[in-house]
Order: sequence, then structure tokens, then C-alpha cells
Amino acid sequence: MSSFAAMVRFENVGMRYGRGPEVLRDISLSLEPGSFHFLTGPSGAGKTTLLRLIYLAERPSRGLISLFGKDLSGLARRELTPLRRRIGIVFQDFRLIPHLSAFDNVALPLRVAGTPESKLRGNVRELLEWVGLADKLEANPPTLSGGEQQRIAIARAVIASPSLLIADEPTGNVDDAMALRLLHLFEQMNKLGTTLVIATHNAVLAARSGRPVLHLENGELMRGPVSARQTPRPPSAKADQTKGHAGQNKEPAVS
Amino acid sequence: MKSPSPAIPFDRGGAARFMPWLVALMVFLAALSLAAVMTLQHALEFWDASLAGTLTVELPPVPVPAPAPAPPSNAKVKTSPNKNPVSNDGGLAAALALLRATPGISGAEPLGRDAVARLIAPFLGNALSPEDLDLPRLIDVRLSTGAPPDLAALQAKLAAVAPGAVIDDHRLWLDRLVLFARSVQITALVILALIGTVAVLTVMFVTRTGLLVHREAIELLHLMGARDGYIAHQFEREALRLGLAGGAAGLLLSGLALLALGHAAGASAFLGDAVTLVPALHLKGWNWLALAGLPLAAGLVAGLTARLTVLATLLRLP
Repeated sequence: MSSFAAMVRFENVGMRYGRGPEVLRDISLSLEPGSFHFLTGPSGAGKTTLLRLIYLAERPSRGLISLFGKDLSGLARRELTPLRRRIGIVFQDFRLIPHLSAFDNVALPLRVAGTPESKLRGNVRELLEWVGLADKLEANPPTLSGGEQQRIAIARAVIASPSLLIADEPTGNVDDAMALRLLHLFEQMNKLGTTLVIATHNAVLAARSGRPVLHLENGELMRGPVSARQTPRPPSAKADQTKGHAGQNKEPAVS
Repeated sequence: MKSPSPAIPFDRGGAARFMPWLVALMVFLAALSLAAVMTLQHALEFWDASLAGTLTVELPPVPVPAPAPAPPSNAKVKTSPNKNPVSNDGGLAAALALLRATPGISGAEPLGRDAVARLIAPFLGNALSPEDLDLPRLIDVRLSTGAPPDLAALQAKLAAVAPGAVIDDHRLWLDRLVLFARSVQITALVILALIGTVAVLTVMFVTRTGLLVHREAIELLHLMGARDGYIAHQFEREALRLGLAGGAAGLLLSGLALLALGHAAGASAFLGDAVTLVPALHLKGWNWLALAGLPLAAGLVAGLTARLTVLATLLRLP
């Protein structure tokens, strides 16, 4: 294994659910700390599965995954918990808890980590003000608009200052103006050192950002259309070529 | 400051709504079983204290002097009283003297006609008096503790001074009564254990249903970095709450039922409290405390079962 400590590293990862077909095949990639990638691809290409592997919701059927420089196959189940606390997730369907207020939803990651109430109240309030929901602290998600729910979901993902932020279609339910505002928010977080992987159908948004793109087609990872110096590899070429490419311009090394 | 709401919306779980009712029913049955065990224990102690350390000596009835057309037909009379060479009281005085002089016997008192009348009243009513019947005369004998007399030797000596005298040490029927009571006690304890098992299975079922109903919230907490113990604690706290609530309701119902049963048993007891064939449903103070502990036990069993069920299920998550 390479000695360089990638934030996320996949080596020939394959994934199938039960006895079904492989939804991901021979995925190899390496994402540097502080990088910012878009993940694109048509519906059913395997984007959500790839993200679920990154945020530790699934174990791969084959291959090796390293996160924060640690080989996951060598970690006991309980050792994954501290890693999960370093990951923020924005789900495609938000997955807010409907009976909890906006405040309690955003506070949840801190409470789960055992942060005292006295310490978390100010941070949660400040973050909700920052995303423009200062007057909706006590509102329950079902009473809020889709855009407001999305901002709560994003606030919840970033409240614990994660090292890695995963977002699945975070701009899927908002207009272009809000999408740009969210992109700006992600850019700011990236400048502060957070590594981001954002799955989106919005090719325009990805292109506008000028960030490298991971492109999935039929469960295989290809070089994205945004990065001009990368070209798609022929289907037969699946060997891991990440070694020696890692860290260059913080672009993903893919095979 | 109000405490934060639990992250898992338990009020939307289907099966959990029925759990307090199920627990109430189980605590009700458990309380009745436990009360039966404790009441029977008191009855056993009552019978043991009343009868252990005592004997009854039964002397054949003395026939009325005249007219006496027929001898008494009591099977236990082995010798005609008329031929009694010892005395004309059927050997009562001699038997009393012998008993009082026997080592290991601390006292011997003949039962008067009134006492005998009270003994037969539950069976024959008050219409007949002892004078109407050829009843054996009874001597209540109290034994010294620690050194019981040799009953076989005593029987032989009694036969010499009071022909036809029989010693009844109550052991035979007391042994049968104790055997029956112990059997009922064991049955009640088995029922109690079965109720506990059903309670555990019920909580497991409800918890597993809850895990299915709330799987999205659980996965969310898991992905946020919640430890298994954090998620299990949420279920444990809810199960404890439901178990205590159901247990309290069950205890209330069983308390009312026990008071009613006690009242009914008291009303049917023969001849008041002094002489009762069936001991009243008496529960002492600590018995009520034990019953009051049932809801707490139900809550703790529910909480612990829920916790272990959740911990076992969460192991399936990556």
C-alpha cells in the first residue's frame, strides 16, 4: 500500500448488494486532504453507493478502502465511530428528524458526540443564523420549505466541523440562485480545510466551479469531462494508476 | 432548561403503544402468582406453628350409664368402657396423669364440651350438641421443644391406663397439606417464571419492531458517529418508561383484586379468626413491598431487554 496519507483511497473496490449485480466495479481513486471534487453520472450509475462507501454506510464487496490514512479492513467496528464523527453528510432527501426542531436537528451530531448543552447552544444558534434560519430555530422540518430544510441539513452536516464533507445532490431541490449560494458556502468550507465530495446532476454547476470531476458510468469510474487534461480510459484498462499521481493539483487520481 | 427530545420518534412506533397494556397484564398475573406464593407460605407457617409441637389424644366415648341399649359403634374403641378396669371416666384422669408425667410433654389439657362443639360445628352445624353424639374425648397435648417423647412407648402406656386411646400427632394430614401447598407454590413460581419469559419475549418483539420502524433514524445516528450504547440507551429509556407505566397499572389492578380476594376469603372463614380451616389472605408489610417492586422489576427487565436487543441488532450495521 502507498505510504501517502490520502483522505480517501479506494483500491479496486467492487460493490454488490446481496447476490445482485455489481453496482460498482474496480473503483480506484485517491483524494487528497483539502481537495474538492464533484461526482457526476447518470441516475443508477452508482453515485450514491460510492458516497455510502465513503461515509461508512457500507462495506465493500471487494477491494480496499482507506479513510484518513487508515485501512478500514483492519479496523474493528467500534473503531469506525471516531472516523464517522469526522465526516459530515448532506443526504439527497435531507433525512431530517421530523419531530425535532431545526435547532435540535442541527445539534444532533454534537449531542451524539457528547458535547455539553452549554457549549453547543451558541454554536448551533450561530450556524442557523448564518444559513438564514435565525427565526426558525424552533420550527419542525415538515413546516419548512424544501430550501429551508436543505439548509438545515447542510448546517447539521457542518456543525461538528468535519474534515470530510459528503453531499448527495445538495442542489437538487433549489433554484439556480440558491445553488450558487450553496456552492459558495462549500467553497468557503473548502478554504477552511474541509475536503469535499459533492454528487450532482448539475453539470453546469460543476463546470462553473472549475473543480475536478469524478464521473461514474455503469458503476465504473472515469475521468470527468471538466478536467481538461484527463481523458476517459478504455474499458479494459482498470489497473490502479493512482500511484505517482496523487496530490497533483488536488485532482482525483482515478483508474 | 428543558432536556432535548429523544432523537428517535417513539410515539410513532406501532407496537410500542401496546406495550404498557401487555406489561400491565403480566404484572397483574405476576402479582397474583407472587401473592399466592407468599400467602401459602404464611399458611404453612400458620399450620406448622399451630400443629407442630402438639398432639391430640383421643379417648373412646364413655357411654351414658342408663339406659344403655347399645354400645357405641366407634371403630376406634377396642375395649368396652364398661369393662374398663381402671376407672369409670374411661381412663381420662389416668391418661392425663400419665401424659403430664411423661418427659417431653409440657402440658396436657382435656377439651371441654364447648370446645368439641366448636370443632364439629363447621361439619354438623349447631343443631346437634355433643351430648347427642357419642363423641370421643380429646386431650390437647403440648410437647416440649427439643426432646419429643417416644410416641410408640407412650401409645402402649396409654393403652394400659385408657384402653382404646389413640394418639394423633397430626403428621399424616399435615404432611399431605404441606405437600399440596408446596405443589401449589411451585406451580405459582413456575407461572411467575413463565410470565417473566413472556415479558422478555414481548419486549424483544416490540423492540425489534421499533428498530424496523425507526431504522432510518437509527442509521442516521449511526452515521453521525453515535455509539451503539447511545442508540441502545434511547430504546432502553423508552422501554423503562413504558414498563414502569404498565407495571404501575398492573399493580393497581392486582392490589384491588387481592383486597377483594382477601375480603372474600375472610368472609368464608369458619368461626371467625380463632379457628379457621382456610387461613385468610394475609399479606404482611414486606409482602406488599415485594408486590410494589414488580413494576420496578418490569421496568428494569423491559429496559435491559430492549438494550440487549438493540445492541445485538446494531452489530449488523457496518
